Amino acid sequence: MKIFKTYTFLLIFSALAWGAQAQDGHGHTHADGEQHAHSSDHAHDQPDAHLPEPENGRLQGQDHGQPAQSDAHAEAPGEAHADHGCGHHEDPNAEFNAGELALHHIGDANAIHIIGDWYFHLPVMLYASGYGWTITNTGAFKAHHHGNGTVAKDGYVLVHGSIMRVQDPAFPKGEVPVSEPSHEVKTIDGKEKTIYYVQADGICYTLDAKSTLDGGVLGGGFTSFYDFSVTRNVFTMLLVCGLLFWLFRSVAKAYTTRDGEAPRGVQNLMETFITFIRDEVAIPNIGHHYERFMPYLLTVFFFILGLNLFGQIPFFPGSGNVTGNLSVTMVLAIITFLITNLNGNKHYWEHTLWMPGVPAVLKALILTPVEVLGLFLKPFTLMLRLFANITAGHIVIVSFVSLIFIFGKAGQSASGSLIGLAASVPLTLFMMALELLVAFLQAYIFTMLSAVYFGMATEEAHH
Amino acid sequence: MELATIGAGLAAIGAGLGIGLIGSKAVEGIARQPEATGDIRGIVILTAALVEGAALVCMVLSFFV
Repeated sequence: MKIFKTYTFLLIFSALAWGAQAQDGHGHTHADGEQHAHSSDHAHDQPDAHLPEPENGRLQGQDHGQPAQSDAHAEAPGEAHADHGCGHHEDPNAEFNAGELALHHIGDANAIHIIGDWYFHLPVMLYASGYGWTITNTGAFKAHHHGNGTVAKDGYVLVHGSIMRVQDPAFPKGEVPVSEPSHEVKTIDGKEKTIYYVQADGICYTLDAKSTLDGGVLGGGFTSFYDFSVTRNVFTMLLVCGLLFWLFRSVAKAYTTRDGEAPRGVQNLMETFITFIRDEVAIPNIGHHYERFMPYLLTVFFFILGLNLFGQIPFFPGSGNVTGNLSVTMVLAIITFLITNLNGNKHYWEHTLWMPGVPAVLKALILTPVEVLGLFLKPFTLMLRLFANITAGHIVIVSFVSLIFIFGKAGQSASGSLIGLAASVPLTLFMMALELLVAFLQAYIFTMLSAVYFGMATEEAHH
Repeated sequence: MELATIGAGLAAIGAGLGIGLIGSKAVEGIARQPEATGDIRGIVILTAALVEGAALVCMVLSFFV
């Protein structure tokens, strides 16, 4: 109870401090607000907007380690060009965007960001038609903060940790120094799309994102190059697979070396899970055919569980959001779909396509179409359930962490940050605990629903 | 986009009602017959997953509209 009291005091105190600071700095904050409005809307159209108060801008830059606007203008070469079709640079004074940050953090990336300007470099394998393969690692792009590369390698550049390609085929090969990437939001076919640009020798080049197989549904599609790299997700997946392999090797070995004895240590722990899957998931749902499906059920359970738990680790070896990636859950769901339907017996297909004891009209018009639709909806919901639960958890955690920056006005208000911190830490802690539950629950549900579908497909007739 | 978000919220209300009903009935069932707890738990998780599936489809549709 005492800790709650202390905590409440802290909250009230920081709120008071915030209010006091807001009143104290009223004259300044007004000028700040004006400047913000300009910086977010017409950052480059009205570069003189904040000139009447140059002191203020410089003070900000010194106090908070952020370059003031005037500095940013002086640095960027070819700024006049940038105003006409080269997008705009990331505005250091722009309002903090929690949604964008969350989406960036749950997405895949080519390099793993550790801390500051440190990256864990991963191999890069790129293919562009008519150009051939480019094989290197992300270290070649010489990334600095925000995962933006400062060097283009064979026309490829690193933008926010992801590789993009210069659209111009005349772009020189080899290593070419490039500017900080800029972006612009354009509406194409009624959808908002962010186009990235990069400058080399004062010339502006448009960038292509990597090809995706989503057919444009998720905003991707085929572009000029394919990315076969070991990305952050692939790296995490391989790491977890290796870990699981090592773990189960030792468990399997223990059963041969300590044959007939009571299980011990990690063997004991794993046996609890394995017998749980067998006795609570496989046997009640599948019946006496269960042994055929046990390898898959155990594999999928431990794979999902391992990746869910690994995704909870907020720092380097973890942080890959693999089970929150639609492609990964789609492949898992497709495997379940294939096993279900390839093992389907006569009764399964009879009850799906032409069930007995129902009028033919009803069957042809309603039941069979619905059943066939259900055939595909089952793996579809399997895919979405895992993806949505894990992704939602990660977004909520990042949003709670973002509270610090929202209250702190992106690092400009120290007492505001303190309030954000007071709100953020317990909420994040709570969400982390909830996510731990969800990690186990989603692995269990995926396994159990797979077992239910296998049971449906192999059920014998009893009527 | 705003309308689609409202739709996602409505879907969440539906799923919430559904899962609430499942939970209340499960508790009633377990209170009446505590020895059937294990069976009821399995059925609850399965039905909740199915209800949630409908809500997820709505949520994803709201992203794409």
